[in-house]
Amino acid sequence: MEQIYFFIIAIVAVVSAVLVVSCKSPINNAVALMMTFVCLANFYVMLHAPFMAAVQIMVYAGAILMLIVFVIMLLNLNTVLIQKTSHSVVGAITLAGLVFFQLYYMLGHSSTTSIKGDISNELVMEVGHTQLLAKSLFVEFLLPFEIASILLLVAVIGAVVLSKRNAAAQE
Amino acid sequence: MVSIDQYLVLSAILFSIGTFGVLTRKNAIVIFMCIELMLNSVNLSFIALSNHLGNMDGQVFVLFIMTVAAAEAAVGMALIIAFYRNRDSIAVDDFNLLKW
Amino acid sequence: MYDKLWLIPLLPLFGAIINGLLGKRFLKSEKVIGGIATGVMLLSFLLSSKYFFQLLADEVKVHEQIVASWMSVGNLQVNWEFLFDPLSALMIMVVTGVGTLIHLYSIGYMHGEAGFYRFFSYLNLFCFAMLMLVLGGNALVMFIGWEGVGLCSYLLIGYYMEKKSAGDAAKKAFVVNRVGDFGFLLGLMTLFWTLGSEHGVWTTNFVKIGENAHLLGTGSVVVTVITLCFFLGATGKSAQIPLYTWLPDAMEGPTPVSALIHAATMVTAGVYMIGRMSGLFAMAPTTMMVIAIIGAATALFAATIGFAQNDIKRVLAYSTVSQLGYMFLAMGVGAFTGGIFHLMTHAFFKACLFLGSGSVIHGMHHAYHHAHLHDDPQDMRNMGGLKSKMPITYWTFLLSTIAITGVPLFSAFFSKDEILWWAASSTRGSLWLWGVGAIAAGMTAFYMFRLVAMTFWGKQKTDARAKDHIPESPWVITLPLVILAALAVVGGYVGVPHVLGNIGGLHIPNYLEHFLDPVFGPAQETYRIAIKEAMAHSLLWEFGLMGASVAVGFLGIGVAIWFYIKSPELPGKFTSKFSGLHKAVYNKWYIDELYDFLFVNPIKRCGLFFWKGFDVCIVDGVVNGVGRVTTLVSSGLRYTQTGLTQHYAMWMVIGVVMIVGFYIFG
Repeated sequence: MEQIYFFIIAIVAVVSAVLVVSCKSPINNAVALMMTFVCLANFYVMLHAPFMAAVQIMVYAGAILMLIVFVIMLLNLNTVLIQKTSHSVVGAITLAGLVFFQLYYMLGHSSTTSIKGDISNELVMEVGHTQLLAKSLFVEFLLPFEIASILLLVAVIGAVVLSKRNAAAQE
Repeated sequence: MVSIDQYLVLSAILFSIGTFGVLTRKNAIVIFMCIELMLNSVNLSFIALSNHLGNMDGQVFVLFIMTVAAAEAAVGMALIIAFYRNRDSIAVDDFNLLKW
Repeated sequence: MYDKLWLIPLLPLFGAIINGLLGKRFLKSEKVIGGIATGVMLLSFLLSSKYFFQLLADEVKVHEQIVASWMSVGNLQVNWEFLFDPLSALMIMVVTGVGTLIHLYSIGYMHGEAGFYRFFSYLNLFCFAMLMLVLGGNALVMFIGWEGVGLCSYLLIGYYMEKKSAGDAAKKAFVVNRVGDFGFLLGLMTLFWTLGSEHGVWTTNFVKIGENAHLLGTGSVVVTVITLCFFLGATGKSAQIPLYTWLPDAMEGPTPVSALIHAATMVTAGVYMIGRMSGLFAMAPTTMMVIAIIGAATALFAATIGFAQNDIKRVLAYSTVSQLGYMFLAMGVGAFTGGIFHLMTHAFFKACLFLGSGSVIHGMHHAYHHAHLHDDPQDMRNMGGLKSKMPITYWTFLLSTIAITGVPLFSAFFSKDEILWWAASSTRGSLWLWGVGAIAAGMTAFYMFRLVAMTFWGKQKTDARAKDHIPESPWVITLPLVILAALAVVGGYVGVPHVLGNIGGLHIPNYLEHFLDPVFGPAQETYRIAIKEAMAHSLLWEFGLMGASVAVGFLGIGVAIWFYIKSPELPGKFTSKFSGLHKAVYNKWYIDELYDFLFVNPIKRCGLFFWKGFDVCIVDGVVNGVGRVTTLVSSGLRYTQTGLTQHYAMWMVIGVVMIVGFYIFG
């Protein structure tokens, strides 16, 4: 049952990913990307990480994608950009294939085992995913967390500065 | 039960598709979306491995990746707008000042 | 005991730094600059005197003092160390004493010169270097001083840098000195290596070198080579054949410089160095013979050139070369004490003579300036009769001249007599050497009295417009003259020879020999035995030789007076009769031209070849070729920079694929 569900969602994810790179109109790409994000959120739930699924929907689908769509609409980009170069497609397919082959080869020739942690699915069920993640984030990774907050602040300021109209250039 | 390998293969497929998109598309926003796709595929393998190994660290990493992606989106969109304002285009072929 | 020893050289350095850095902008006043420079020298002199008299009373005569470690590389351990023994004590007394007087003199002489601060800064720097040279406890510290005095000599000869001749002379002095320094370095390295690798004594320390010199073996080839190399260094610094040519040209510098550097101190560095390593030199009879012969030859040769020069300073310069030859003769026959003794008396009377000539030049210059004439103030043919115009200068000059000619009871009489006696009687000496020395003494007497006669005696030959405006110099100039003249007269009594000391039951001991005995005793021992034997059976010999040399000296004086006072037309007749000879002497035997032909021009041509042929074509060609190839290659490669972001991204992905591939398949 779970296997079938996985395959259905996986096929949807791959198809929508293909649509992301192949659709002519940017707004269609954005919708396809949204589909992929939702599929991934499904996987996160299956992997006993419900909080991550929620964050995935909120941050990616809610914030980032909304931003992209706003920009697309702001710039009025429904016109199709002509794919000028055809030779690069062959090269890109080769390269992407090579990347996939290498990743697949690595899966087949190495093990995914390591030192097992003590967070079992049962524990997640019992204590709650959010609490476990919070403990890890605010105890072990407190400093990176603070640094990430500074990064966000810088990004906000940067975005404001970059998108501000240059008063001097305007005149 | 879904095995870890299945998640990882899916992640590899998504990553390769994203790479292909980055290399072929001309629209800067689409390229940006392809990069988001690649980041998400990495997120998937992080969470899958985190679950597989019973360790929370991978999920914390995913949170940080999301932070970076959000920052990137903010700055990247601002850049695209600034570029569009100057060039009336967002095709990466027009980002070609840095050449011979 | 002697823990402030390092202050003696450092005080002048301090003065040099203050004047050099602050002199132009902040001090400005000549009184302040001259006061600082002279003050540090005076302090240094007082400290030297304190230690000197302390050493006189001290039981232990040799003091080594390590100030700091300098470098330590493998077997080479070098410290900043000072060696304070009778020899260096005597030398610092001479250097700081004469140095102080000359600094004082310079305040008057350099009055109104544009680079006043620069002059005093250099002069102080020179004193620092010279004191490092004489106080240095190992060969490398000495070498710092050795090079330092060469540098200061270069700077001061070229002091009037707007004059091309001064620049050329400075360059010549520096280059010729470098030839000698090369010899010094070669000798030092050979000595260090031989003592170290063959006998396990890795040292540059003078005391240790002296103690271990016997390991090399008397008369062995290696010790001969080492000492010959050192002697080459000495000939460069002390202006001996074959490297003497720079010293006469060095007279382009201001007169106090000639007095301090090119008469009293720096040029004696070679003599001092041989004295410092007397233990080593005593091991090499062949070298000693070479030194004696070169010294005697230089003494004679330079004296002949002195006959025909008309520039007052040039005569003195050749006289200096000649007197230095004497000192080397003394070193060569084993009379180390005699050599140092003559060095000391020479410092007094030759400094006095140079300063006196400076005073004359100063007066002449003043007179010409007053009369708006542009004659050469150094040409003796325009002088004469200055006796009444500059009485103090005249009397001090005359006393020093009498001293240098070796008239009995004046200082050089004692020192010259000791040298000549050793030249005749030591195991290394011979009557030939004595004969050359005596003839040179006679010639010295002749040209020195010729100088006095042409300058001070007879009729005044100065231009009529200028001759009434020649003043006596101010007190800062005459005071050093008086002090130095007094020293030139009585300076010899510290080293009265035994035979004279015992006349009439006076028993005046030879203080100097006794004082320097801890340094030169062992080296002199080998030669002394012969002397004692000779003394025992022939007092007559000694008095005979002494009388003969004095007689030759008086003969020279007589001839000079006869030629230039009694019948002044004689020199003209003489020169016209032997015009070829006179021309050769006047042109210094064409030695400069010979050197130009033999060394300078071939090297110049060689340099031209390397410049035009090698440097321009090959070296520059390689450099330019590399640049051109780079340009060519990159002009092709730059088309890979398409400016398309996706091409760069593609290369990145290719790179990632290759690196990952290397890890998983490699």
